[in-house]
Amino acid sequence: MIGIVDYRAGNLTSVARALHYLGEECRITDDPELLSRCSHIIFPGVGAAGEAMANLRLSKLDERIRQWIAEGKPTLGICLGTQVIFDYSEENDTACLGIVPGRVKRFPADLAEGGRRLKIPHMGWNRVALAREHAVFREIPEEAEFYFVHSYYPAPAEEKWIIGRTDYGQPFCSAVARENLVALQFHPEKSGRPGLKILANFCRWGGTDAE
Amino acid sequence: MLSKRIIPCLDVRAGMLTKGIKFKGNVDIGDPVAAAEQYYEQGADEIVFYDITASAEARDIMIDVVRRVAERIFIPFSVGGGIRTVNDMRRVILAGAEKVSVNSAAVENPPLISDGARAFGSQCIVLGMDVKKVAPTAQIPSGYEIVIQGGRKHMGIDALWWAQEAERLGAGEICLNSIDADGTQEGYEITLTSLISASVHIPVIASGGAGRPEHLAEVLTAGQADAALIASMVHYRTYTLAEIKDQLRDRGIKVRNLW
Repeated sequence: MIGIVDYRAGNLTSVARALHYLGEECRITDDPELLSRCSHIIFPGVGAAGEAMANLRLSKLDERIRQWIAEGKPTLGICLGTQVIFDYSEENDTACLGIVPGRVKRFPADLAEGGRRLKIPHMGWNRVALAREHAVFREIPEEAEFYFVHSYYPAPAEEKWIIGRTDYGQPFCSAVARENLVALQFHPEKSGRPGLKILANFCRWGGTDAE
Repeated sequence: MLSKRIIPCLDVRAGMLTKGIKFKGNVDIGDPVAAAEQYYEQGADEIVFYDITASAEARDIMIDVVRRVAERIFIPFSVGGGIRTVNDMRRVILAGAEKVSVNSAAVENPPLISDGARAFGSQCIVLGMDVKKVAPTAQIPSGYEIVIQGGRKHMGIDALWWAQEAERLGAGEICLNSIDADGTQEGYEITLTSLISASVHIPVIASGGAGRPEHLAEVLTAGQADAALIASMVHYRTYTLAEIKDQLRDRGIKVRNLW
């Protein structure tokens, strides 16, 4: 069973629908006991970092998420769920979970490409250049594109945790992996076939980086 | 580098497509869910549903359409038409739409944009704008005026001002429809699109006038649009999405590969 952490951060049903389509059993819940019994945890989210962290603290899910990741449960962060895993986010000047050392930064206002100012948020389809192989990206071709919508991006403290980069005026980290944790800036549940493949890979992943 | 998005638009009335869509083998599809699924498989980057239903009870049928679409396509899609309150937005989003689009209701009640953005995030709120070219005046300095009711009612609002105001209120995207170009199949309104796109920081979807792939190429380059809405040119099988994307690629425009 895949547990989708409900911390009132946007609409989480699209992840559940994608898993359902893949034939994976899942539950959207804020019940820590139920989540503890799940084999895998998905930590999604849409919205702002400040409110998300406030909700996590209020529900005490922050402690549990730290615990599950420390225990080795395969965990997937998506978008805002990825960002709050780091120490700090520039969005609402927010102290985050601190599970992975690093910061979340805003795209600079003067971001440009070929002499033209780029729009923020970064919204639409873009590639992820893999820095190394990972089980969750198994059988994903290089030319696959994924759906992004965000104004902030993660900057992990250690280069070795960056497994994918995307180019938007500047290269930024779009996929992170450390042991049993994979965290993505894009939305696999809204990224067509390659996104579904990533979710399917995750559901089958045992949680060790070497797999 | 971000790909330019190609977005088919489906008009729905009481749960059915207003015009049947022809697919390979000349199959006529009147079911919006089946049509959306076909476009998804053919490489649409996003899908827009426009609900032209008038009655309240038929709105529930649209919610059911949204729910069924969300179970079968895994790309973003938006729903517009008849969304007048935050509660209307909530129903559509909970049914599975990624975005909602507001048009005349936002003109009449601009806080609808800020209330929606606060409730669901800016990325969910698309401002639809219907625009008509007029002689520039003190009130309409850009020479582009906001109209509603399919262009029948002039609102005395400058389109450029409204686009910037909507961004300030929290709209995450603008779908810019030229009433003059709409239905002509002779090309998008390039001057209008580049004017608006260069004046806001949020993405702009060009709408109205698409008839041939070169029209998309023009609006995505000279028009500075981030995405292009298409209807008849794919609905009547004049072009497939793959043909359109191939032609755009040949012109050096980055579009998403279907994998």
